[in-house]
Amino acid sequence: MAFLEVNNYHKKFGDNEVLKGISFSLEKGQVLAIIGSSGGGKTTLLRCLNFLEMPDEGKLVLGGEPLFDAAGGKKPSDAQIREKRLHFGLVFQQFNLFPQYTVFKNITLAQSLLAKQALRDKKADLAAVYKKAPKGEKKRLKAEQKQILSQLRANTKQRIEARAEELLARIGLTDKKNAYPYELSGGQQQRVAIARALALDPDILCFDEPTSALDPELTGEVLKVIKGLKSAESTMIVVTHEMGFAKNVADRVIFIADGVIEEEGTPEEVFSRPKSEKTRAFLQKSLEEVF
Amino acid sequence: MTFGEMTLQLLQGFGTTCVLFFLTLVLSLPIGLLLAFASMSKFKPLKAVVRIFIWIIRGTPLMLQIIIIFYGPGLLGMPISWPSRAFAAVVAFVINYSCYFAVIYRGGIESVPRGQYEAGQVLGMKKHEIFFNIVLFQVFRNILAPMSNEVITLVKDTSLAQVISVGEIIFTATSIMNNIYVIYPLLYAGVFYLVFCGILTLLFGWLERKTKFYRV
Repeated sequence: MAFLEVNNYHKKFGDNEVLKGISFSLEKGQVLAIIGSSGGGKTTLLRCLNFLEMPDEGKLVLGGEPLFDAAGGKKPSDAQIREKRLHFGLVFQQFNLFPQYTVFKNITLAQSLLAKQALRDKKADLAAVYKKAPKGEKKRLKAEQKQILSQLRANTKQRIEARAEELLARIGLTDKKNAYPYELSGGQQQRVAIARALALDPDILCFDEPTSALDPELTGEVLKVIKGLKSAESTMIVVTHEMGFAKNVADRVIFIADGVIEEEGTPEEVFSRPKSEKTRAFLQKSLEEVF
Repeated sequence: MTFGEMTLQLLQGFGTTCVLFFLTLVLSLPIGLLLAFASMSKFKPLKAVVRIFIWIIRGTPLMLQIIIIFYGPGLLGMPISWPSRAFAAVVAFVINYSCYFAVIYRGGIESVPRGQYEAGQVLGMKKHEIFFNIVLFQVFRNILAPMSNEVITLVKDTSLAQVISVGEIIFTATSIMNNIYVIYPLLYAGVFYLVFCGILTLLFGWLERKTKFYRV
């Protein structure tokens, strides 16, 4: 069984059916490039994977664990959706960095909030233990618990900050740690957005046309960072118009047209020996755009 | 009446003005936010009721609202008597200003791009975490200018409380004027407003500089 299995995803907006039964699978450590013309459903598919939209039909299995099933009856609660979302990361076309925070805070914010919640839970657990403790023990226990919590708090902070530093080094922006997003170029902003998504260690990182909002001379630095992330551990799905990138970096390529997968295979298969007429026409056109 | 005595009396009236102002502000800022959320609610009936309420309050004179709040219950035979006239005035101001603030808040909230919410969502944040950690500051920054307008208007609108004989500064100045037959107490009262609004303008200017540390 593959790491990620998407089965028969359907999504409708009003009468407009954007996804008409999308199924694919992906192995751990693979990079999947999704290509296709605008309005074909690529972005909607990514949004459905990240549960920004809920598919009307379909099933999703991740690492053998069924994560979503539209036929599963009850609608998942907000908390459940949030938990599912953490398996996926998403890098937006428009970066969507938080303008009022520095680069560092942009990267650490979500993790700090999660850590705060974990601390609150731990505190509640300890309080329950304290309540049950015999009278004579309470004073000692209280001091001990205080020690545990402050230790935990310090460790968490250190872990989050170390992780952020490591990610900053990875995207080559250590010196911009305290800069605000508006002080960065588009390419730098997108690199920060990538680090922000990575900070939560998602199982699968999705990119929604990560270079489409960038000036041509800036696309290279972002694609380089994405290419640099490729390893046996990181699984990625990239919606892109950069055919060169799809060809050279992806392990698998999917061509989506009008809400269905028109063609699927290795880059070699899709780019050099496309089976479908539509794929051939699309590739022809994207090449024409370049020259 | 010496100038010193007059100043003391006017200061007393100004004290009442300040109480009206601060109480109204402290209460209507949070209530306005709640109304703003209600006016954007997905629950249609709530949204409709709140929007109609805001229409009525913004569409009728504040002076009329003060009179209705103060005399209304008695005229309808309700066994309610206001603890004080100033209390009734504050209730009317809070209702009125909450509606204006609600519209300003709504504009501010709607001006925050969807992408900010979505970025928070895909990072696993809860709704309230997104609002308080990401959206609120941007809203605050966006609405400072219209807010300063509204707050400065409130300073002067408190003078409408005189229609139910609340002893704020204009009421005081008018009574002095009627006693000693000169007009300058009223002009003198104007100076109090001018200074107060000047301080508020400086305060808002400072807030704007403090929050403009980034561009969009």
